[in-house]
Amino acid sequence: MSEGARLKRLFAIAWRESRTARRRLLLYMSSISLGVSALVAIDSFTDNVSQSVREQSKALLGGDVVLRARDRYSDRATRLLDSLERTGTGVSRITTFASMGLVPSSGGTRLVQVRAVSPRYPFYGEITTDPAGVWRRLWTGPYAIVDPSLLVSLNARLGDTLMLGTARFAILATIRNVPGDAGVSAAIGPRVFIPDSYLRQTGLLIFGSRAEYETLLKMPAGLSPARFAGRFNIRFSNDTPRVNLRTVAENEFGLTQSIDQLGNFLGIVGLVALMLGGIGVASGVHAFVMRKIDTVAVLRCLGATSGQVLIIYVLQAAAMGLIGAMAGAALGVAFQFALPFVLKDFLPVDVHVTLAPAAIGLGLAVGVWVALIFALRPLLSLRRISPLQTLRRESDADVMRRARRDSAAMVVSFAIVASVVAIALLRAGNLQRAMFYSLAIAAAIGTLWTTAVLLSKAAKRMARPSWPFVVRQGIANLYRPGNQTRSVILALGFGVFLMSTLYQVQQNLLRQLDLKLEQSRANLVFFDVQEDQERGVDSIIRSSGHTVVQRAPIVPMRIAAINGKSVAALLAETDSAVRAARAAGVDGRRAREASNRRSPWALRREFRSTYRAEPAPSEKVLSGKWFSPSDTTPQISVERDLASELRIRLGDTVTWNVQGVQIPTRVTSTREVTWARFEPNFFVVFNPGALEQAPKQFAILVNVPTNAEVAALQSAVVRKFPNVSSLDLSLIQHTISNVLSKVTSAIRFMALVSLAFGIPVLFSAVAATRRERLREGVLLKTLGATRRQVGRIMLAEYALLGALGSTAGVVLSVGGAWMLMKFVFETSFSPAILPVAVVAAGMTGLAIVIGLATGREVFRETPMAALREA
Amino acid sequence: MLRDVTFAIEQGEFVAIVGPSGSGKTTLLGLLAGLDTPTRGSVQLDGTDITSLDEDARARLRGAKVGFVFQSFQLIPTLTAMENVQVPLELRGENHVSDRASDVLQRVGLGDRLDHYPTQLSGGEQQRVAIARAFANRPRILFADEPTGNLDSDTGGRIVELLESLNRESGSTVVLVTHDLTLARRARRIIRLSDGAVVSDDLTRSNGGGGGNP
Repeated sequence: MSEGARLKRLFAIAWRESRTARRRLLLYMSSISLGVSALVAIDSFTDNVSQSVREQSKALLGGDVVLRARDRYSDRATRLLDSLERTGTGVSRITTFASMGLVPSSGGTRLVQVRAVSPRYPFYGEITTDPAGVWRRLWTGPYAIVDPSLLVSLNARLGDTLMLGTARFAILATIRNVPGDAGVSAAIGPRVFIPDSYLRQTGLLIFGSRAEYETLLKMPAGLSPARFAGRFNIRFSNDTPRVNLRTVAENEFGLTQSIDQLGNFLGIVGLVALMLGGIGVASGVHAFVMRKIDTVAVLRCLGATSGQVLIIYVLQAAAMGLIGAMAGAALGVAFQFALPFVLKDFLPVDVHVTLAPAAIGLGLAVGVWVALIFALRPLLSLRRISPLQTLRRESDADVMRRARRDSAAMVVSFAIVASVVAIALLRAGNLQRAMFYSLAIAAAIGTLWTTAVLLSKAAKRMARPSWPFVVRQGIANLYRPGNQTRSVILALGFGVFLMSTLYQVQQNLLRQLDLKLEQSRANLVFFDVQEDQERGVDSIIRSSGHTVVQRAPIVPMRIAAINGKSVAALLAETDSAVRAARAAGVDGRRAREASNRRSPWALRREFRSTYRAEPAPSEKVLSGKWFSPSDTTPQISVERDLASELRIRLGDTVTWNVQGVQIPTRVTSTREVTWARFEPNFFVVFNPGALEQAPKQFAILVNVPTNAEVAALQSAVVRKFPNVSSLDLSLIQHTISNVLSKVTSAIRFMALVSLAFGIPVLFSAVAATRRERLREGVLLKTLGATRRQVGRIMLAEYALLGALGSTAGVVLSVGGAWMLMKFVFETSFSPAILPVAVVAAGMTGLAIVIGLATGREVFRETPMAALREA
Repeated sequence: MLRDVTFAIEQGEFVAIVGPSGSGKTTLLGLLAGLDTPTRGSVQLDGTDITSLDEDARARLRGAKVGFVFQSFQLIPTLTAMENVQVPLELRGENHVSDRASDVLQRVGLGDRLDHYPTQLSGGEQQRVAIARAFANRPRILFADEPTGNLDSDTGGRIVELLESLNRESGSTVVLVTHDLTLARRARRIIRLSDGAVVSDDLTRSNGGGGGNP
């Protein structure tokens, strides 16, 4: 008889034998459903959200790729764009420049930002107007669509004529929202959109006019933006003017910092859910194994080898694990679909929910594996059930007594550890963090184990003969042979640890997001405030009752030399290195990197730098030290990416050309800047003193509560200082806070779901060990114990176990959450004392309820039934 | 528990082991059937020294040569009568197990109870299923541990008759462990145990097979 046929026979036995136990086993294995559903929901949801962010990011950018230059493109670049357009790439051009706008009917004038756009602009996202839906009519005649603040400051109405240069435009509508129009640094006034076919008529763009030339590209299906970007950068990296290229992926970066935090958090949720599932399976299967002792003993008498017995039950567990995992996956998909629906008050309903097959497949695979590996540990003890049990029944605990050196058990234990590490790696995404999670889990288990051992020892000494019998009996249960102290403390404590850690991390993250929302304080920026206007603008702001959030001096400058070598010399070096490398067949960027040359773009560009005594909230010093007030020699702090583009290190000397004056500075720190905050941020910050004599302008940030007040303040400033332009940041902030509230809701929801699921798992984990107690209770009952006495014995034991287990778990969780906040989320931590105490009390209550329920069951069963079973 | 116990049982014998409770009957049975190993001495089963085999090899030997009938029937509660009988056959990986199982159940008079679960059967019927299961794989030797202990005397008598007839017809050796002397007398040989030692080993009047001396 072949092995295959033998296995088929075992399948048949496994199938039949599972008949009545199927439901129970499925219940145990369904613990894994929690893990799988969390995994599938989280991964699918993350997938969907990042997809939406990707889409939103496209909208913010307007196209797949955007090209931007300070001057008309070179002929080469123009030819490339023309040929792209002919071959199916969407091309849309935006020309942006400053001009005075005049409304003849009111006589008002105002510096405006003209944007001449070609018909397909934008490819992604929608420009909303008031009245609604007229954006596409812009190209049907000499029309203009303008910022509402322009109407206020020019005292104009819809339908009025706006003159730009020599051309006249009818004001068709006002702008509500232009996705992604966050060109804070370039913003110099209210926006006026006109069709680019009328650009020539204005007569404004003569040779040498300062304008920005942008081109949005929508890539055809076969061409990836990244590939295009790579090739473009190679061919045009040394073109004049330099064309700066951004792809959607690059644009996402700024948006995804918050999303990253969400990802980290959801990674932890998934890990916690899987671990909880593992506990549920292991303790459930343990109880299941206890019930199978008799059957296994008979099978052994009938000639089943220990291997055959194991196969029979592993087959059952695997089948039920698969069903549990599938149910979990289905539930996860349901959650994923329900998520945007549940959160519709929070979310702008544009999260596209789609099935994520990879997430589902991964969830199933991980779920079945975890179910099997955690079930295998208790199942292994089935091998040790002796056929002698048929003749002479020993207590469960004796039957299950562990062999001293069981290599199979060691292999399975090792596999469990390896699986936990692997899952941690899967969820954490990097090795260091995975090791951190694994070690934290190991430390928690170790601590709980020690706690349990100490409790057993303490219980032995604690009980006094003077105490009532029921209390002594309950406490004695903690150390007598076959006690459940270790298993309950471990399962309960670990479960509480996981859930409470999750809860505290959630609380801390939410608090932090709240902070972030509030910290984006300024919603109005005044630009181009000249030195002699600063006081005047300041007093207008003050007198209208608003506060200045930030006042940043801005000094334009260029790099003159680095470490004594002039820019011209540096550029020549770079060029020759690139040429040499290209001759050797390496592309430009890589050649530069390989040769360690400085980026020509960064060497040539104009920097708008500031000086200040303290770092802004949006920046963090990465290396070196922030300026000390005592050292007044010229020093700079350089933004991280710029520092690497320029290959400058701490201690290097950078000489600046500030409007003809050479200022040598020492690099004393590098910074990380959160650009997404929409505050004026700077690549280079000087220490106070170095630039105070230089000619400068100011950017002034104000917080103004309502739209009407924004318009009024803008108008008041412009009346007195016509050259000062302003930008209303509210819309941008609105977009950002939308994203943040999405993140917040998702965090809250996932944590809630995990906690709600965790409780039944803990319930079954604690309940799994109560069979021995049940039998004992029945015996006591036959010996004359009353219901009350049995109840109190159970109460004493379970209350101690519950209190100690959950307290240990909660205390551990404070440490766990603190470490997570510090090392993974890199922010501050404040423990949530009260909720955590509630968790500990709740879990103790849960354990007591289980104990009392067991006591009740004792009185539901007849003594004979339980004794015969024994 | 047992000391100085030495005897041999020939193929086809019907032997009863009797003794008061605590005399070592169950321990002896566990040793004979290879459920347990002695601290000293050896047990030979159908020419194999089972004391030198490991747990799994003994399990295979049981599957091939040994049948069991227990006082508490020990049917697997989740399986039907038919399926209980099939288990030893399936563990050996045999074919046509359902034919063989229903044959044996017919022989013990349960042809109409094939699909009943143990809880749906009376005690006597359950024990007959157990006997059918024990004989399903045509064992060389069958061990019965107080097979009538949980049954009334009428039903018990019929169970022993069944064991006798199967012993006669199939030639399987039967070892019956009991404290009931009336029952024991139906065997052809009685081994008496007391305090872990064999106190007598006699052939009864119904003597037909060979016997050995302690």
